[in-house]
Amino acid sequence: MAQIIVVTSGKGGVGKTTSSAAIATGLALKGHKTVVVDFDIGLRNLDLIMGCERRVVYDFVNVINGEANLNQALIKDKRTSNLFVLPASQTRDKDALTKEGVGRVLDELKQDFEYIICDSPAGIETGAMMALYFADTAIVTTNPEVSSVRDSDRILGMLQSKSKRAEEGLEPVKELLLLTRYSPTRVATGEMLSVADVEEILAIPLLGVIPESQAVLKASNSGIPVIIDQESDAGKAYSDAVARLTGEEVEMRFVTEEKKGFLKRIFGS
Amino acid sequence: MSLLDYFRAKKEPTTAVTAKERLQIIVAHQRGERDAPDYFPAMKQEIIEVIRKYVQIDSDQVSVQLDQNDDNLSVLELNVTLPEKP
Repeated sequence: MAQIIVVTSGKGGVGKTTSSAAIATGLALKGHKTVVVDFDIGLRNLDLIMGCERRVVYDFVNVINGEANLNQALIKDKRTSNLFVLPASQTRDKDALTKEGVGRVLDELKQDFEYIICDSPAGIETGAMMALYFADTAIVTTNPEVSSVRDSDRILGMLQSKSKRAEEGLEPVKELLLLTRYSPTRVATGEMLSVADVEEILAIPLLGVIPESQAVLKASNSGIPVIIDQESDAGKAYSDAVARLTGEEVEMRFVTEEKKGFLKRIFGS
Repeated sequence: MSLLDYFRAKKEPTTAVTAKERLQIIVAHQRGERDAPDYFPAMKQEIIEVIRKYVQIDSDQVSVQLDQNDDNLSVLELNVTLPEKP
């Protein structure tokens, strides 16, 4: 049975698209047929992070409007097999996404894919509501920072009242916390909310902690999802998160300050 | 700051502690409003307007809370801090 997973946050710039790209790639690497859908209509960016921006011909809205079929719009990832991207359109029409249209496309994707990752836009407007409406699972991407945590709590409220599962009185959307841009060093000095703090406030299970990492910018510069970079902490942390998402038990890494050895102190890491 | 102060000074709470406390308050407040019916904000505003006809108060001097109890019982709690008499 296909699973619809929304990557959401409320606040912008916390790493939704980075996480969507990494998690979708991670699932595909594990052999699951996966599609990642960009819901940020008008501000398409997932294609850039996935490195397929020059291969976009048709998009999500074209498919909804019947101007193209799914196979024409889906972009097959060149690096990872089992992985496809459905890009957002650049239209400025805010009403391009309708519940009926999105539902129809997701139903069609369900026939073919094991995982459908919905990359939500920021905010609580139509795009964000459409991205979360059909979800079975929500990955609430949060930075250890006050405005991000507050917005995540708002989104949790939406998931509990405005999603299809809530409206139809089905089993609630499974909510998971993904803490990104985490800096154990700053947590140790009391400058940053800890994993435990954010878990306590939002009160949802933890999917993973992604450390603040230079690898993320490098990855987006080159259009290669950061999970491919298995040398980096962020890449490894995303792999752990994907493993947990598929039911494996993996211990949290990169949550405590790394004790620097003598040589590392001198030469840096 | 002298060396002596360093030993004497009480540890001020870190900014992360402040952040957590502020979040706990605002999130609790947010959740209180989450389950409230759609008419609630408008009703709250109108209650404040009515009180203002008689007493000059700020909106933060009024707390209106709707508590949902288990057995189909909702309680509307209204708390107004009136200004001190001159």
